[in-house]
Amino acid sequence: MELDHIDRRLLNLVQSEFPICLEPYRVLAERLGISEQEVLDRLEHLMKQDIIRRLGGVFDSRKLGYKGTLCAIKVPPDRIEEVAAVVNSYIGITHNYLRDHEYNMWFTVLAQSPAKVEQILAEIKQATGIEDIINLPSKRFFKVLVNFDVEDNRD
Amino acid sequence: MELSDLDKQIVKELQSGLPLVKRPFAVLARRLGISEEELFQRVQALQQAGIMRRIGAALRHHKVGFTANAMIVWQVPEEKIEEVGQMFSQLPEVTHCYQREELPHWPFNFYTMVHGRNREACEQIAARLSQLAGISNYRLLYSVAELKKSSMKYFMD
Repeated sequence: MELDHIDRRLLNLVQSEFPICLEPYRVLAERLGISEQEVLDRLEHLMKQDIIRRLGGVFDSRKLGYKGTLCAIKVPPDRIEEVAAVVNSYIGITHNYLRDHEYNMWFTVLAQSPAKVEQILAEIKQATGIEDIINLPSKRFFKVLVNFDVEDNRD
Repeated sequence: MELSDLDKQIVKELQSGLPLVKRPFAVLARRLGISEEELFQRVQALQQAGIMRRIGAALRHHKVGFTANAMIVWQVPEEKIEEVGQMFSQLPEVTHCYQREELPHWPFNFYTMVHGRNREACEQIAARLSQLAGISNYRLLYSVAELKKSSMKYFMD
């Protein structure tokens, strides 16, 4: 899908400067110089195209009482799909990437206690028969930034 | 701030998405059985307490051209953690920066995510970070496939 310059400005605004007010789309429309209906139509289109995967509240998991960790498991190449299905079935496992390393499947776990994390890992070990999982709980958080400037990205 | 049951319900509604209508909070308030005004006050309270960071859109990165992501794992001496953490987190190329526990067979205790248009771009960033911090033991682990990427659903289990 071809994004025009209004889409790009809209994407930047809704990532980092979404107005928290009763009529947020009207405020966005004013900033972009287009109608409120056009903002709604464009957003709906960007969602249908899956360019926007979600538009909603972004929460601080620590302040909601959740513990986060990063885990990696050594999966034989012919079992990737099957093991991914087990790992991905957990709501608290939000990110899972295959990486070019001996530990090849890397996933994040969010749960309400370290014990709950251990329980999930024990279940994964049992379901897959793979014992080699490393669990790397965060000790200190410095930064998470998930916004991307899409305006000067025209290649 | 102690979260009430209503706050948890609000978190659940807001995480599933803000409706694309002129008065989105009015729609959510109706679902929750409260007034738009009450909902909006709670939303502002959640934001002021830092529990809700923002309302915003999450994009599919590969669809907007950021194809290579590299996780760089570092072995940073404990006494340099603070300095390196502050230094790396100020750089726009670094999107995530964490100190993590290390394991006997996995000595890496510091993690950064960098995004670039290709692997060469990621390698250049890594070399620059290494030079800046004076840390030479690091590895780049490139993503080969995205197996799952979703937003967390809190209070669902």
